[in-house]
Amino acid sequence: MYKIVDKKILNPTVIQLLIEAPLVAKKAKPGQFIILRVDEDGERIPLTVAGTNPENGTVKIIFQVVGATTKKLSYKEQGDCIQDFVGPLGVPTHLNGLKKVCIVGGGVGCAIALPIAEALHAMNAEVTSIIGFRNKDLLILENEFKACSDTLRVMTDDGSYSEKGNVTLPLKEMLEAGERFDMIITIGPLVMMKYVVATAKPYGTPVTVSMNPIMIDGTGMCGGCRLTLNVDGKKVTKFACVDGPDFNGYEIDFDEAMSRGRMYGEFERHKYEETCNLYQKEVQ
Amino acid sequence: MANMNPKRNEMPTQDASVRAHNFNEVALGYSEQTAIDEANRCLNCKNMPCVSGCPVKIHIPEFIGKIKEGDFEAAYQIITKSSSLPAVCGRVCPQETQCESKCVRGIKGESVGIGRLERFVADWHNTFCTEEPTRPQSNGHKVAIVGSGPSGLTCAGDLAKKGYDVTVYEALHTPGGVLVYGIPEFRLPKAIVAKEVETLKKLGVKIETNIVIGKTLTVDELFEMGYEAVFIGSGAGLPNFMGIPGESLNGVYSANEFLTRSNLMKSYRDNPETPIMKGGKVAVVGGGNVAMDAARTALRLGADKVYIVYRRSMEELPARREEVEHAEEEGIEFCLLCNPVEIIGYNNPNDARDPKNRFVTGITCVRMELGEPDARGRRKPIAVPNSEFTIDVDTVVMAIGTSPNPLIKSTTEGLDVNPRGCIVVNEDGLTSRSAVYAGGDAVTGAATVISAMGAGKIAAQAIDKAISE
Repeated sequence: MYKIVDKKILNPTVIQLLIEAPLVAKKAKPGQFIILRVDEDGERIPLTVAGTNPENGTVKIIFQVVGATTKKLSYKEQGDCIQDFVGPLGVPTHLNGLKKVCIVGGGVGCAIALPIAEALHAMNAEVTSIIGFRNKDLLILENEFKACSDTLRVMTDDGSYSEKGNVTLPLKEMLEAGERFDMIITIGPLVMMKYVVATAKPYGTPVTVSMNPIMIDGTGMCGGCRLTLNVDGKKVTKFACVDGPDFNGYEIDFDEAMSRGRMYGEFERHKYEETCNLYQKEVQ
Repeated sequence: MANMNPKRNEMPTQDASVRAHNFNEVALGYSEQTAIDEANRCLNCKNMPCVSGCPVKIHIPEFIGKIKEGDFEAAYQIITKSSSLPAVCGRVCPQETQCESKCVRGIKGESVGIGRLERFVADWHNTFCTEEPTRPQSNGHKVAIVGSGPSGLTCAGDLAKKGYDVTVYEALHTPGGVLVYGIPEFRLPKAIVAKEVETLKKLGVKIETNIVIGKTLTVDELFEMGYEAVFIGSGAGLPNFMGIPGESLNGVYSANEFLTRSNLMKSYRDNPETPIMKGGKVAVVGGGNVAMDAARTALRLGADKVYIVYRRSMEELPARREEVEHAEEEGIEFCLLCNPVEIIGYNNPNDARDPKNRFVTGITCVRMELGEPDARGRRKPIAVPNSEFTIDVDTVVMAIGTSPNPLIKSTTEGLDVNPRGCIVVNEDGLTSRSAVYAGGDAVTGAATVISAMGAGKIAAQAIDKAISE
């Protein structure tokens, strides 16, 4: 069992937990992920590590309530335990040698982008961060990004805070104005990452994307997280859990990944409603 | 008096029409009377050919002798001297190609049902014996085991019995490896695996779940933690795909994923937490035991129709005969001499957002014929030109083997692997790294539970010898 030592509600649907997991805290690097189960018989879900404290032995996770499992997790309080917590899994984000980087985060993906921005900042790289949210209420981690970015652009889809528009807008503007980056690292919804890649393409800037497909074991055993990559005109299958989660954005078949992500859509909607009803009954 | 009936006592099973719709065990086990009757068929041969066919060298005539006397607990004690997992082996060992294939009674009739007797004895012990195994005196030496599958548990059990302080590291949340994620409930009830694991814990074996060696901890760190030897039994690894178009469509699974969802994640239950595609028509590609397990699981999950698609003929089918027979009885259709060339998905040309898009609708195969035998003597299948046809299915399960997992190799300096990626060991199970041993599928590639147990056993002996010298 793994204890929740701190809980913070970042916005109405995004929650931050500090989990006591000393071995994971000692090892995890930016870009790696963990797999957890909330309770016995629960499903295994992957979440990218949002930070670690090796001294206290805690791992920070930030998640959005999107389905039954994250709903159940959101009801856990400080002092409660979760059943299983394993990691760090996957390959850390490659940061070596990067001098000037643009980080593009969308929604809860910003939580995963933050440790990467912080690591780059600590390496004295020049960090430009573009973070986007649907609206003002969903904004998270603005101050944290401010602290580690040389330039920060905050976007909201509806313009209820800062600039109106999606994250590709300032990215395009900067690239058009002649800004050049060693690398664009983008983390967020698949459709957003797809358009970040499309925006960067005319300028030939390398793009790293962080994939988060459905997975079970996280060690390569099940193959459920497979992605199709287009490498020099050849289709190659890769497993996000062991080969990723970071990939060259130009090689990813995003449409396929989006479709695979929806494979259990109906089941998940049903399960989510059932979980909500169950907790409502308990409250009554 | 020896029982000279040329036929062995039949194993009682659930009726095929009933069991095809439930996950309860298919084989029901011998009664005490049947077990004694079957035991009496053993001639107690002096040269014990059966023992030579057993990878862990169980004293077979000796335990059968105790069954004859009705002393089932004594029979159990004889088996456990050689095997750490008797209730498991009695169920999943391919006895027909091992101990039973050497049985003298098999020359003019059917061999003694050794596997069935082993299972009977183990189940009898688990039901009636309340005596706890005694924890041996500690010898103060620490050994780490990587993976809690059959090889790891065997190695752990044998070392614990000798007084070693053994810790088993498991990547998943439940110990048992392939015994819990791979082999289905109807062939090996999970309660039996849990019971065997409990027995090991009572011997003093510690099991740490949720630790991935190569990620959470490395082999080198295990030595820093004071372990004097490490045994790697990390299993088979990454699932293979055919590399044909359509393998990433929704509804295509590797057998590992399909079975893990059903077995480990319990999606066979009503209202599960983990989803799995149930019902419809299912094609399972492959002809091994894993393919049979996947096909029979699909059937029990509610499939209307299940096909096994295999590129050779029934004669070359590598699965155990008993499993093939069970599958046929349950109504699984064998499409033999068929090889998939493409998996077809739904595509609504008028609506890119149609939720059915990219879900499997069929599998296109070519007919095959058998050509000349290859180096291993198996006749090579050759595609018949222009013989393509499509089977309508909703789910495809690829059960065509696995490739070794590179996690440990890539984080353990000096650990040699062969060109296929399997860890290289000597006859003692010792790898190219001193005090690092390995066995099971990580060394051999996908093989059987019992051969993995045999490897765990050999490594345990070698580890004991190396440390005590």
